[in-house]
Amino acid sequence: MPCAPPTQRGTMIGKGYTRRKSLVALAGAAAGFLVMAPARKARAAVQKLFTSTGAPKGYDPTQHKWLMAINIERCIGCGLCVEACKKENHVPPQPTYFRTWIERYIIKKPRPGQAAVQGETVVDSPNGGAGGFPPCEIPREEILKAFYVPKLCNLCEHSPCTQSCPVGATFDTPDGAVLVDPKYCIGCGFCIQACPYGCRYFNPYTRTADKCSLCYHRITRGLRPACVEVCPAEARLFGDLKNMGPDDPIAKLVRTNKLHTLKPHLGTEPRVLYAGLDKEVR
Amino acid sequence: MDAELTNLVYYVPPHVDGYVYPNEQNLLWSTLIVVYPYITGLVAGAFIMASLVRVFKVKALEPVYRLSMLTSLAFLLCAPLPLLFHLGHPERCLQIMMTPHLSSPMAMFGFVYAWYMMAVLLLELWFDYRRDFVAWSANVRGLRGILYRILTLGVHDVSEQALRLDDRMGKIISLVGIPSAFLLHGYVGFIFGSIKANPWWGNVLMPIIFIFSAIVSGISLCVLMYLLLNWARRQAQDINCLDAMGKFLFYALVVDASLEALDWIHRLYAAEESIHILKSLAAGRLFYTLLVGQVCLGTAVPLVILGGLQLFSRHVVPQVRQHLYTLSAALILFGVLAMRWNVVIGGQLFSKSLRGFTTYKMELAGHEGWLMSIALLVLPFIILGVLVKLFLPQKSPVTRTETGAAVSQAA
Repeated sequence: MPCAPPTQRGTMIGKGYTRRKSLVALAGAAAGFLVMAPARKARAAVQKLFTSTGAPKGYDPTQHKWLMAINIERCIGCGLCVEACKKENHVPPQPTYFRTWIERYIIKKPRPGQAAVQGETVVDSPNGGAGGFPPCEIPREEILKAFYVPKLCNLCEHSPCTQSCPVGATFDTPDGAVLVDPKYCIGCGFCIQACPYGCRYFNPYTRTADKCSLCYHRITRGLRPACVEVCPAEARLFGDLKNMGPDDPIAKLVRTNKLHTLKPHLGTEPRVLYAGLDKEVR
Repeated sequence: MDAELTNLVYYVPPHVDGYVYPNEQNLLWSTLIVVYPYITGLVAGAFIMASLVRVFKVKALEPVYRLSMLTSLAFLLCAPLPLLFHLGHPERCLQIMMTPHLSSPMAMFGFVYAWYMMAVLLLELWFDYRRDFVAWSANVRGLRGILYRILTLGVHDVSEQALRLDDRMGKIISLVGIPSAFLLHGYVGFIFGSIKANPWWGNVLMPIIFIFSAIVSGISLCVLMYLLLNWARRQAQDINCLDAMGKFLFYALVVDASLEALDWIHRLYAAEESIHILKSLAAGRLFYTLLVGQVCLGTAVPLVILGGLQLFSRHVVPQVRQHLYTLSAALILFGVLAMRWNVVIGGQLFSKSLRGFTTYKMELAGHEGWLMSIALLVLPFIILGVLVKLFLPQKSPVTRTETGAAVSQAA
C-alpha cells in the first residue's frame, strides 16, 4: 500500500487515527491472536465433551430440545422398555438398578361403610417391571382400578441433581438431556440423594452415579430412545420441541389430553409429561 | 453381620415394607456419613468451647482452653477422612477444589475446611503456643526439640511487645473463628437441609440444629477429655471449671432441645404430605435411636441432671457433681451420635414416594463397614493423645493464664 502524502496523513490524524488508537488496535489484535489458541482448545474440549456423551461429530445440541410424553392409559406393563433399557445401556442386572422402571398401581374399593371415594392404594414394581408383572394377589372384586406408570429421568428444567453435583460431572445439555460424565464423577452420591424421583443409582461397576441418558448415543443419531423404540403400545412418545410439527404424536397428545408432571410442587419443571396421571402417583 | 455373611453365598435383597423406588432399596450413605457430621460437629463445638475463654473471658474455663483447642485440631484432622473413604473415586477428590461447581453446597467443603484449618485453628494455636515453642525449643532436645524449633517458624521474639501482639492476634482470630465454626458445621447441616427431595432433610432449621448439636457435643467431649486427662495424670479435678462447663452445656442443650422440638412441632402442625411417613419412621424404624437414644437418653436425662445441678449445685458434693457431669456428657455424646444416625440413615430408610420403608444392612468389613467407622472415630482420640503428649505437658512452662497475666501486667 503506497504511503499517504503528508497532508493526507494530517487529515487522517484529524479524523481520529491517533497513535493511541493504533496501539490499542494493535494490542487488541495481539490479544485476539493470543486468545484464539485457548478458545480453539476450549471449543475442542466442549466438542470432545459432547463426543464423550455419545453424540456423533457434527451434532448440534442447540438445534434440539428433547422431551418425552407418557400416555398412562396405553401402558400395558409388559416391561419391554425396562429390558431394552438395561440391554442398551449396560445397566447392572440386579433388581436395584434401573434407568427406567414401571410401577403398578392397584387402587382398592373403599371398605363398606368407609366414606371415601377409594380405598387403599397398593404399588409394586417387581424387578422394575422387567418381564412383566405377576398376577395380582388382590381379589378382582376388591379392585376399583389399576394402571401402570413408566418412570424415568424427568428431564427437569431446574434439575436438583445438576445443581448439587460438587464437581460439575452431572450437567444439562443444551438439548435438554441431563447427563453424567463417568470419567469426572467422584461418586459422592449427592445427586442421587437430590433426585426427587429416585431416578439415579450408584453404579457398582463404574463406582459413579448413573441415570437415564435419554439414550443420548441414539437420539443424537436420529434414532429414538430404546424404551420408546420397543414400546408396543406407544405409551412412550419422544419428540423435539424445536422441530415439532402439528402432526407430531406429542403435539397431538398435548392437544387431546390433560397433562401433568410428577411432584410439580418441587419446582423442578420436568419435561417428561404424563397424560392421565392419577393423584396417587408420586 | 448375618446379612453380610449370607451375602457372600447369595444375594439377599433388602427387606422392604410398602413400596420404595427400585433404586432406593439399598442405602447409599452409610455409617461413614454418620461419622462425618459427628466429627465435624465435635470440631466446631470444641472450638466454641475454647472461644468462651478467649472471647467471652470465662475465667473458670481457663484450664480447659488448650485442651479444647487441641481436641478441635485432632478431630479436624480426621474430619475429611469419612468423606474421602466414602467416595466412589477417592482419587478424584481434589476435583472438588480444582473445579468446584459453585451451586453445590458440597463443593464448598474443601474451602470451608481449608479456611477453618489454616486461617483459624492452626493460626490461633500458633499464636497461643508461640512463647512455649520458643521456651521448649531452647530446653528440649532430640526429635521433640527439632519439632518445637520447626514450629517456632524461626520467630524467637518473646519481648513484651511481641507477646502482646500474640495475644491480640489470638483474640482477633478467635473472633473470626466463632462465625467460622458456625460456618463449618452450619454448612454440613445445609448439605442435608438443601435437599428438597427428602422431607426428612430439606428443612430450613437443619443448619442451626446442626450448629447447636455440635456445640453440645463439643462441650461434652471437652468435659470428658478434661476429666480423663486429670484422671490419667492423677491431678485433682477443678470443680469450678467443671461447673462452668456444665452451665454452658446446660444452656446449649436447652437451645438445642428447643430447636429440635420446634422442628417436630412445626412438622406436626403443618402436617404436610410427608408427615404420615415421618411419624411411622419415628415410631418404627427409628424408635430406638430417635425416641429412646436421641430424645430420652441423649437429651431429656442430661437436661434433667444438668438442670437439677444448676438449681441444687450447693447441695451436691463435688465428687457426685463430677460423676453427674461425666454421665451427662457421655449421654449427650451418645445422643448426638444417635441424632446423626437418625438424620443420615433415617433419611434414607423411607422412600421418596412416601409409600414405604427399606432396611439398612450394615456392612462389617467393607470400606463403608462399621469397623471402618469405628476406626475413624477412634483415630482422633489417638491423634489427641499424641497432641496432648507433645503440647500439653504436665508441667507446662507457661500457661495461657500466665501469658495473659504477663501481658496485662506489661500493659
